[in-house]
Order: sequence, then C-alpha cells, then structure tokens
Amino acid sequence: MRADRILASAVLVGALAASACTSFFEVSIETPIRPKLDVSAFSRVFVAGFVAAGTEDVDANLETVRLLRSQLRAKGLLRVIDADVLPLTEVAAEQRKGETPPDGTPPPADLPEQITTEQDLELYEPVFANTDYWKKVGEEFQGPLIVTGTVMFTPHSRSGYVQREQEVYDSFGRRRVQPVRTYMERQGFILRPKFVFIDGRTGATLYTETFREEVLYSAQQTTPALSSYFELMDRLIPAFLTTLSSQKIKGSRVLLK
Amino acid sequence: MSALKKTAALALLVLAVSAMPAAAEDRIGAREQNEFGIRVAQQGLWREAIFRWERAVELDPTYAAAFNNLAIAYETQGDFERAKRAYERAVELDPRNVYIKQNFDLFKEINDRASRQDPR
Repeated sequence: MRADRILASAVLVGALAASACTSFFEVSIETPIRPKLDVSAFSRVFVAGFVAAGTEDVDANLETVRLLRSQLRAKGLLRVIDADVLPLTEVAAEQRKGETPPDGTPPPADLPEQITTEQDLELYEPVFANTDYWKKVGEEFQGPLIVTGTVMFTPHSRSGYVQREQEVYDSFGRRRVQPVRTYMERQGFILRPKFVFIDGRTGATLYTETFREEVLYSAQQTTPALSSYFELMDRLIPAFLTTLSSQKIKGSRVLLK
Repeated sequence: MSALKKTAALALLVLAVSAMPAAAEDRIGAREQNEFGIRVAQQGLWREAIFRWERAVELDPTYAAAFNNLAIAYETQGDFERAKRAYERAVELDPRNVYIKQNFDLFKEINDRASRQDPR
C-alpha cells in the first residue's frame, strides 16, 4: 500500500516536472504560397477548351471550361475572355490529317474517334505543341494567357475490405465506437485533368500540370456523374488557382520555449 | 618535465573554467532571444522574431526549440527552403519532441502542395 503511494507520488511529480519543462504557445499562422507561373505579362485569360474523354454522361470539355472561367472570374486576377469553346478534338484530328509525312514514310494513322484510354488521349496531345495554331488563336484575343489541356473522367469500381467505425454497446449499455473491416463493393469516378498554359503571344507552352482525383461510393448509392465531377473538381480547383495566383493557407503551429 | 606538465595541465584547467561561464552565458542569451522572439511573434512581428531566433541559434546551435520557432517564422514568410532546413535541424536535435514533429508534418503537407508540378 505504502509502495503504491510512493509510486503514485513519483508519477505525479514526474508529470508535473515534465509539464513545467515544456512551455509551448500555439500561434495562428498564414503560409503564403507563391504562384507557379508568373502571369504579370498578361491582362487576359482565355480558357479555350479541352480534349475530353470518358463517360458520356458529362460533357467534360464544356463543364471544365465553364467552371474554370467562373473560378478565374471570381478570383479577379485576369480578365476572363468569354468566347466559344474550341472543339479541340476535331482540331487535333484535322491537324493530324494535314500532316505531310517525310518521303517514303506511311501517313500517320487517324486519331481514334472514341477516346477510351489515356493512351488514346495522349495521341491528341501534339495539338498543344502546335505553336502556329495557338499563336493564331492568341492573335484573335490580343495575346492572352491560354488555358487548355485534356480531361479524362471515367467511371471506376473497386471491391475490397474497408475499415469503418461501428457503434457497439456493452452489457452496461455504454456506447463505444470500434473499427471494423467489412467487404464492400464500391463504385465511383476518376478525374484526371491535365492543364496546359500557353502564351497567346508566341503560342509556346509555359507550364503543364496534371492532377488525379477519385471518389468511391458504396455500390447501392446512386450518385449522378455530374455531381461526382463537381465534387472532384472542387478538390483540385485550389491547386489549379495556385498556379496563377499566390494563396495564403491558414493554420496553427506550436512555438517552444 | 614534470613541472612543465603541471603548468600545461593548469593552463588547460584555467581555459576550461573560463570557457564554462561563457557557454552558460550564451545559453542564457539564447533563451532570452528565444523568449523575446515568441513575444514579438505573438504580436505578428515575424521579421523581428526571425532576427531574434537566428541570434538564438547562433548563440546556442543545439537549441531545438529555437530552430523549431525559426522554421515556423520562415514558413510565414514563404521561405520554404530555410523552413525545411530549420525543421530538420530541430528534429535532429530533439527527435522525441511531438510538437516539433507535428509542426514539421503540417509544414511538409503545405510544402508538397506548393512544389507539386509536372515537367513540361
């Protein structure tokens, strides 16, 4: 009994000593993130259009253009040009047909009409490197910053064990939450956009950035494709905006004495 | 010969004894600078705080808390390279400090986000 008391006292003294040694102060901070791209040379931005692929339930080209234009407008960093969305899939196909192969080499194969895989989508990417084409587009709008790229939005399913929290009650009626592993069939979507930033004065690519986001729901849940598309875009929009403008991330840290 | 050895030993002892208060003074000075830095940082004067904490780690290069505070201050200025180096030093000096670890983890999250980019 006496030994227990001594031990308890020692633990208490130890805890007090430890807390006395550690003086800390929590402070709120704002961490500035510099933009990845210097856009000071531009006064206007043109979200031109995207080569889109994946589910037919969502027009990923049109929706992405609309969403990015509205986000950029809200940010107020550059004047957003409201013009028709470029049909880039067709433009890329035409450019491919117009290519003249060197003597003796076979003409390039036509681009796949149905873009179902990322490999199909890559075949369209030379359109972004066509500086003459983008320079011409830029001339129409007084040399803006052009935002274009590819958007892959595809359905996705995955089955397996997932960890969930489950409420349990013991014999005294006390509630407890414990993790349980259950087998689930889940389905959802993957969004994989690649943003290409082009200098409308020269047609040259300034910067590219690729994102990947996915969402999975239980198989019983029916979530419209468009809702999932916006859910995933919401996640990556802040990162997209940090390309063009500085941002401040609020947080807290612990200062130590 | 023996007298020479004794003299040398005595000289070394004198040197060691005279250096001890200097080191102790530096540590006290470092703590003062650190505490002043905390006070000004709490008022949002982060540049002043950086000056104080840089002085603190100069006086006592083994002062993990000052390195931690300095890293936070560099973060607020968007100087991620220096912040990373200061956090790494703080963790190295005090690897079991949960506050330093937590600060560093939060910083890494932001740093990863800021530096995530593809080659053209």
